[in-house]
Amino acid sequence: MIDAPTQEQDAPRRLTTVTGAADRVFGAVSRLAGFVVLAVMSLVGLFLLYRGWQALSADGPRAFVTTRAWEPDSHNFGIAAVLVLTVLIALVAIVIAVPLAAGAALYISEYAPRRFKQTLISMVDLMAAVPSIVYGIWGLYLLQPHVIGLSRWLATWLDWIPFLSVDGFDPDDPLLSMSVFTSSTFIAGIVVALMITPIICSIMREVFSQAPPGEREGAYALGATRWGMIRSVVLPFGTGGMIGGSMLGLGRALGETIAVYLIISPVFEIQPNLLQTGSNSISALIALRFGEATEFGMSALMAAGLTLFLMTLVVNFAASSIVARTRSGAASEA
Amino acid sequence: MTVMTTEPEARTTVPQRPPAQAEVLRRTASVRRSDVLALVGAGLAALAVTTLFFSLLTPFSGLIGFIVVAYVLFLAFYALLVSYDESGPAVRDRLSTVVMHSAAVLMLTALISVIAFTFWRGREPMRHLNFYVQDLRNAGPLDGLDVGGVLHGMAGTLIMITIAVLITVPIGLLCAVFLSEFPGRYSRFVRTIVEAMTALPSIVAGLFIYATVVVALGMGFSGIAASLALSVMMLPIVIRAADVVLRLVPGTLKEASYGLGGGHWRTVWHVTLPTARSGLTTSVILGTARGIGETSPVLLTAGFTNHLSLNPLDGPMVSLPLLTFDLVRSPEPAYIARGFGAAALLMVIVLGLFVAARVIGGRGPGRLTKRQLRRRAAVSRRDAERFAVRDQHRSAEGEAP
Repeated sequence: MIDAPTQEQDAPRRLTTVTGAADRVFGAVSRLAGFVVLAVMSLVGLFLLYRGWQALSADGPRAFVTTRAWEPDSHNFGIAAVLVLTVLIALVAIVIAVPLAAGAALYISEYAPRRFKQTLISMVDLMAAVPSIVYGIWGLYLLQPHVIGLSRWLATWLDWIPFLSVDGFDPDDPLLSMSVFTSSTFIAGIVVALMITPIICSIMREVFSQAPPGEREGAYALGATRWGMIRSVVLPFGTGGMIGGSMLGLGRALGETIAVYLIISPVFEIQPNLLQTGSNSISALIALRFGEATEFGMSALMAAGLTLFLMTLVVNFAASSIVARTRSGAASEA
Repeated sequence: MTVMTTEPEARTTVPQRPPAQAEVLRRTASVRRSDVLALVGAGLAALAVTTLFFSLLTPFSGLIGFIVVAYVLFLAFYALLVSYDESGPAVRDRLSTVVMHSAAVLMLTALISVIAFTFWRGREPMRHLNFYVQDLRNAGPLDGLDVGGVLHGMAGTLIMITIAVLITVPIGLLCAVFLSEFPGRYSRFVRTIVEAMTALPSIVAGLFIYATVVVALGMGFSGIAASLALSVMMLPIVIRAADVVLRLVPGTLKEASYGLGGGHWRTVWHVTLPTARSGLTTSVILGTARGIGETSPVLLTAGFTNHLSLNPLDGPMVSLPLLTFDLVRSPEPAYIARGFGAAALLMVIVLGLFVAARVIGGRGPGRLTKRQLRRRAAVSRRDAERFAVRDQHRSAEGEAP
């Protein structure tokens, strides 16, 4: 007969792992790499805050957010106008990019013949890899002369829409110069839209292609057309991914510098007419003014950079949490 | 069991074939003639009406306006034509099909037009040999394209991106390995920070390096400062892409390695990394392509020069995108043309990197190329031969005593 084990004998065994020297070094080195990345990344944020604080505290954050001028050396500066214009450019870009990206993503995942699919995906990736300067010169030299006609048409016929009117534009004036339409928020927005479309498109395509095949077949079996299937299965399934992808694109649009800089002519007032010449963005402001900035002017630019960074950070975090929370994001979390 | 004694009678009857006639292939194509006719008809009608609008009726102008109006009219006409012989849902289906196709076509058109326009405007300077072997020190504002080139931009781009890759790849890959191999609260925090940093606008990365390295440390504008700015920008991109690839490595492979007694380090080095090699290479190449095309961090940190500079530690340096940015803002046509030439060269580099990424990558983890498969097969054949020889020796030794 075997004695029943007493309470004492049943104590949990102590689990020990014997790690060799190589494993310990490996662990230490990779932890160190993680720490280095962490340090660099936090340094960027902290340094911006530290250097920007001088400018923020000089007149108070309130003045910084509400002033519409940029003359740091006479202590008259703020990002109110620039911030609004940045957001306007990004919104124009999103309004153009999201339908385009959604259409292209649906085409690639639902309509394209199978043998073209991989090529099309590569094309979208290539479009994301084209440098922003190339988009910038394309927008400046090819797009702008063509878009002016469209701007003029919109300003002539749709000027009752608040954002589409243009000051000092009279369609009946024969001496009218078309230069009121160049360098506008609208044109900058179109170029930025092209740059963010591939990013949004590839996220959406990934989400769409994960829509469960069983439900697709079910919709077809109930007699749905292809569009009916897309509306009732693919789009509801991919909503989170669509929103998240669009927000990631928005984050990129807010931070875009060079293409915007090349196209706009900078103004420091809130200029809500999208089609009218004159616009600005925080990143273009930094690129424009960093060369001539004094010590304090630099601090002001840092504060502007910090604002931009915080904005993109919030947008990005919101986007990734939306993507992660949807049913469609679940598969990618291993 | 019964035994058959008699042959069964042949009872198979051959059915009467119908008289031979040519078989008609059933059409399985999903496109009918009326669909094509509706498309073509709607297209022609839209073109005609738009031309009427633009030439006679309203003061429309501009190519883009023409296309927009024609497209809207086309959709309307197409819906009308289809609705003659289809029901509501089918009409909506047709319309949405057309819209999806046109979105894809529009995107491709934009891509092709961006690339083709750059090469087209850059063709003049690219024809001259001096464009590739000279810098701009001797090219005055009125000189033609046969003087001066962008050698300094090419050299600067290569030096900057080399340093940036040398910094980014070891740290980035190690950090990605850390994220996937050492799960825990700390690595989750690092991952969150890295994800936040992918949102970092590139100009802010440039601003950071400008304020620290260029101004505070007193290094002045230099190639190394630009490389550091590019590294800050590329690091999160590489880490995130590599992290995704490493997470795709099948857990069973790693467990097999542990089961055979491999330690953590050996498993990572001999199993995880080789399995994910093609994906890791792709992530590095795509990160490089992003870094090479960035203008704004370089703008803030590298300064500008018209002279060839090969020393990244001292003095200003330019890269191709920065050179393009500077040249196209000049009023001189020759400078603008050179700017487009530099942009076209940049596109050549990016396209080259992209093709390389497609050739190397694009395979799932663990998928082998034909050459790798042949090599593996050769190794295992050698092993088999070795075992066979060893077994012979053993059996010979076993019989001897």
